[in-house]
Amino acid sequence: MLELISVCKSYQGSTALDSTDLTVPSGQTTVLIGPSGSGKSTLLRLMIGLVTPDAGKVLFPGIELSPANLLSVRRHMGYVVQDGGLFPHLTAQENVTLMARYLGWNHKRIDDRLGELTELTQFPADGLQRYPVQLSGGQQQRVSLMRALLLDPDVLLLDEPLGALDPMIRLDLQEILRSIFQALGKTVVLVTHDLSEAGFFGDRLVLLRGGRIVQQGTLSDLVERTADPFVMQFVTAQRRSVTREEPALQGKQP
Amino acid sequence: MIVRGPARNLLAVLGVCVLLGVLAIPLFLKRPAVQTESTTASERPSVRTGSKAFTESVILGEILALLAESDEVAAEHRAGLAGTQIAWRALVTGEIDAYVEYTGTIRKDILTGRDLPTSEALGQALAERGIHMSRPLGFNNTYAIGMRKDVAAQLGIRKISDLGVHPELKFGFTNEFLDRHDGWPGLRVRYQLPQTQVTGMEHALAYASLQSRSIDATDFYFTDAKITIYDLQILNDDRSYFPNYDAVVLYRAELETRVPQVVAAWRKLEGRISETDMQRMNSRVELEKVAERRVAADFLSKDVAVESAGERMLRAAGQHLALVALSLAAAIVVALPLGILAAYRPALGQGILAAAGILQTIPSIALLVLLIPLLGTGFKPAIAALFLYSLLPIVRNTYAGLHNVPLSMRESAEALGLPALARLRLIELPMAARTILAGIKTAAVINVGTATLGGFIGAGGFGQVIFTGLYKDDKALILQGAIPTALLALAVQGLFELAERLLVPGGLRLKRQE
Repeated sequence: MLELISVCKSYQGSTALDSTDLTVPSGQTTVLIGPSGSGKSTLLRLMIGLVTPDAGKVLFPGIELSPANLLSVRRHMGYVVQDGGLFPHLTAQENVTLMARYLGWNHKRIDDRLGELTELTQFPADGLQRYPVQLSGGQQQRVSLMRALLLDPDVLLLDEPLGALDPMIRLDLQEILRSIFQALGKTVVLVTHDLSEAGFFGDRLVLLRGGRIVQQGTLSDLVERTADPFVMQFVTAQRRSVTREEPALQGKQP
Repeated sequence: MIVRGPARNLLAVLGVCVLLGVLAIPLFLKRPAVQTESTTASERPSVRTGSKAFTESVILGEILALLAESDEVAAEHRAGLAGTQIAWRALVTGEIDAYVEYTGTIRKDILTGRDLPTSEALGQALAERGIHMSRPLGFNNTYAIGMRKDVAAQLGIRKISDLGVHPELKFGFTNEFLDRHDGWPGLRVRYQLPQTQVTGMEHALAYASLQSRSIDATDFYFTDAKITIYDLQILNDDRSYFPNYDAVVLYRAELETRVPQVVAAWRKLEGRISETDMQRMNSRVELEKVAERRVAADFLSKDVAVESAGERMLRAAGQHLALVALSLAAAIVVALPLGILAAYRPALGQGILAAAGILQTIPSIALLVLLIPLLGTGFKPAIAALFLYSLLPIVRNTYAGLHNVPLSMRESAEALGLPALARLRLIELPMAARTILAGIKTAAVINVGTATLGGFIGAGGFGQVIFTGLYKDDKALILQGAIPTALLALAVQGLFELAERLLVPGGLRLKRQE
């Protein structure tokens, strides 16, 4: 579905992503995991063209991303960021239906789609007329997810979608997200720094460090057949913090 | 079908401005002088007289306008042009058709550097510029130097040459006298005057300064009504420095073919206004607070409608609103795209912001005068200057508002697959709306104040009232201009705060709920 061939990216001389190849299989959830600065977000942003690679190319599906096809490609992708990225001047409903209105859908079609999405994300109907500042963090992420799903995209890209939420809401939303991924059977790419979250979602995990892919595989592959001392280090560090029951601090561990 | 939020909002602001301007136009076009019952007013040939910013000139400008006006000819008086050069340029460029000037001023200040001893030579030189000159109207309004009588007596000063032995004396001269060739520079050389404490000031202030003894001597005109009330000692011009300042009508030569009857009417004034006549007319205006137009009409024994104080205020308000609204509307149309350009093309943006910033540093009065050669006097240069001043706040706030839209918002909009223009229209401009509106509000409020300077170049408005009050030394009149200006500024401020409630999207006005 999505293919990255020898892409690299650096910002002001410092390398964010070294020459990297990655294939994202259809209908599965791929989780990009690694400590901060490992290049996982850059990789995700390359996929939707928010970042242009210095070298190499991004193929979707089989066609290279270019300024000419970027707008239409993006309409086949959904994108959710950590803080939701909701437009503060629009209500929840206006945020969700922005593209549909831009593309000139009729009211009936918009209302039907909105109904499907609120049901899917279990979003309270009375929240639709609220502005983002009037919504809780979990509600904001649901709105963001609805907005991403509106055009029924082929691929869903999520950049730490649960990162800003407190633990209870986080667990709750994890469940909802996974059931949505399973129900829709979409190709999903999710970025996280939390190994347990990665294991929870991921059919396949891609571990990054310092702009390179260190290992790919299932969670058990990573835990049991570590390819690199760093993988062991990362896994151990995360486990220790899990046993200390400090999920909120997990991200701070290198 | 699609949110038109930002476009609609900005159009609304623009619309309100233009509407205010258009509504105001009839108010300031309405002049009793032109308002006769004739429905063919616009088809009549029109004559526009002018005057400089002092009582006598304004009275004479009214006299010319009253004489020109008839069933066949429409007349208008553009009163209070700030200075000889501005009035002369307005005459040469045809913005006005006639005004009363003094032969001394023409020789020394207009046709500078030419030797024109006789009135024939003078008329000839003027004719080369397409201007004709009447014969003298009668009075000679030369410059004079005056002091308080008690001070003069105490120091034993009776003539200008007596000043030479009192180098400690302080002089306060009108700016025009200070600058012109036949003013202070020449006087100083002719009498070898040693005084160094010489400052420029408004005529009205000079009288007040004489009273408080912060200056010892000032210049004034021979027909000045204030000579008697302030009990001034006129110093004898014992070395005949000041030339004759015979009042004459200067008019454009083409008038003799276009409206010969008007020229004939004006020439009937030749030799008819004595120094006493003029001094009395001046004093009726300045001391008895009679309108110039009324005084002019009485002199001509003509019955005219004189604008009441209320009508004048209404007209001033209309003109003022028109100045502010039209310049602001134009500024929004230009500054908004510039601000957007600045936000999206940073290299170009620095240039745009710097240019707008430099414009702002030009003193407003200087900018107005700089625009006169390009746009003439009156409404146009005032609009242009206000327009230029309004650019910076709007450009800067548009730039800042767009620049401060968080990266995550811009990327979210991009990731949705919205093209650049749609992102601007649907996301970025609405998010910047409050900042942009604040910029427009700043521009509008500043504009209301700056527009008073329009009075300086005949653009009307409350500024005209203030300047008239200034040259007549009429404090009540100054306040009649100043207070409505302040109130208008407050009203504009309030209007924009109301507009903010209507135009800034609701989600941006809410505080996060805990």
